[in-house]
Amino acid sequence: MSWAFLRDLLSGVNKYSTGIGRIWVAVVFMFRLLVYVAAAENIWKHEHDEFECNIKQPGCENVCFDHFFPVSHIRLWALQLIMVSTPSLLVVFHVAYRENREKHHNQKLYKNPGKIDGGLLCTYLISLILKTGLEIVFLVLFYKLYNGFKIPRLVKCDIKPCPNTVDCYISKPTEKMIFLYFLVATSCLCIVLNIGELSYLIFKYSIKCYLKRHVKKQQ
Amino acid sequence: GALHTILGGVNKHSTSIGKIWLTVLFIFRIMILVVAAEKVWGDEQDDFVCNTLQPGCRNVCYDHFFPISHIRLWALQLIFVSTPALLVAMHVAYRRHEKKRQFRKGDQKCEFKDMEEIRKQRFRIEGSLWWTYTSSIFFRLIFEAVFMYAFYFMYDGFRMPRLMKCNAWPCPNTVDCFVSRPTEKT
Repeated sequence: MSWAFLRDLLSGVNKYSTGIGRIWVAVVFMFRLLVYVAAAENIWKHEHDEFECNIKQPGCENVCFDHFFPVSHIRLWALQLIMVSTPSLLVVFHVAYRENREKHHNQKLYKNPGKIDGGLLCTYLISLILKTGLEIVFLVLFYKLYNGFKIPRLVKCDIKPCPNTVDCYISKPTEKMIFLYFLVATSCLCIVLNIGELSYLIFKYSIKCYLKRHVKKQQ
Repeated sequence: GALHTILGGVNKHSTSIGKIWLTVLFIFRIMILVVAAEKVWGDEQDDFVCNTLQPGCRNVCYDHFFPISHIRLWALQLIFVSTPALLVAMHVAYRRHEKKRQFRKGDQKCEFKDMEEIRKQRFRIEGSLWWTYTSSIFFRLIFEAVFMYAFYFMYDGFRMPRLMKCNAWPCPNTVDCFVSRPTEKT
């Protein structure tokens, strides 16, 4: 799976971010994308083939696998990575829109199209809120779908066409659990970084606004 | 590809021993991991054979002996060990950004003629950059030690045995399980 597009997107986003934003990009890239591509993808590669049930009844294994894994962990992880990186596109689009406007009117409308102020600040804040929201949504989804972040070695299944209850064994449960915890830890780190950046920006610009108003009053 | 570009960027601002470290890392570790090791560990679960027909016994025994695969631990180790170098790259970028800001404001102290010179400038390792560089080396050492210990602890030394005896449920009694390519992995 070629993730080059995400890498290019993230490097484009890097230009218009604050310092904390750049740390977020680095964390997402090194600890999430790279770990996904280099390590995690291979663990879940043959999960269906290696899922073994103690029965010869045709169809039973398929049905049990589908019951316990409606969406595979690794697909959810990939979706999360994509959704979480996308709000940053809003900022890139807004800067491109500003530059386009300047070109269209053929005059310098903005002191610096890439500087975070005015409308771009709103877009940036919205993108931060969206990113944090999506992270939380996916974490909750993981938790609800899989009853916590544990992966048991053995699951008991009794759906038709399985006669009675059969034992089904999941492959590599410990390794999957370790990487799942890793995913949760990096998600939480990203949430913390996003909230930090949000508070920093709000604080900085409210101070700026307050000072401007104070200066105006004095004049 | 991306790790390569990042490490190349770090290369510019390292000492000569740092450059040797980067070369070793790249050629002897990353390339070997990608080119050779992945194939050696590629079929590890498929070729892990246990002397029993009991369904599920193989899965459970494999999981018991390999809580996390060597190759994944190796990849994680490489990622963690390369990360402190990022810190140095970020610090350099920050310094460069500050110089650019000074230059744009038309500061008298700034001695560069144009932006190109600033971009190409090689920073000397002094002041706060020295602290960043030293702490990055320190963290690299810590991560290497932690991962080596994790390898040693999880796999009882660095040898890969040919035969493991397993009696986790649902295996009836003790079964013999055979690891694929133990010598090559060792």
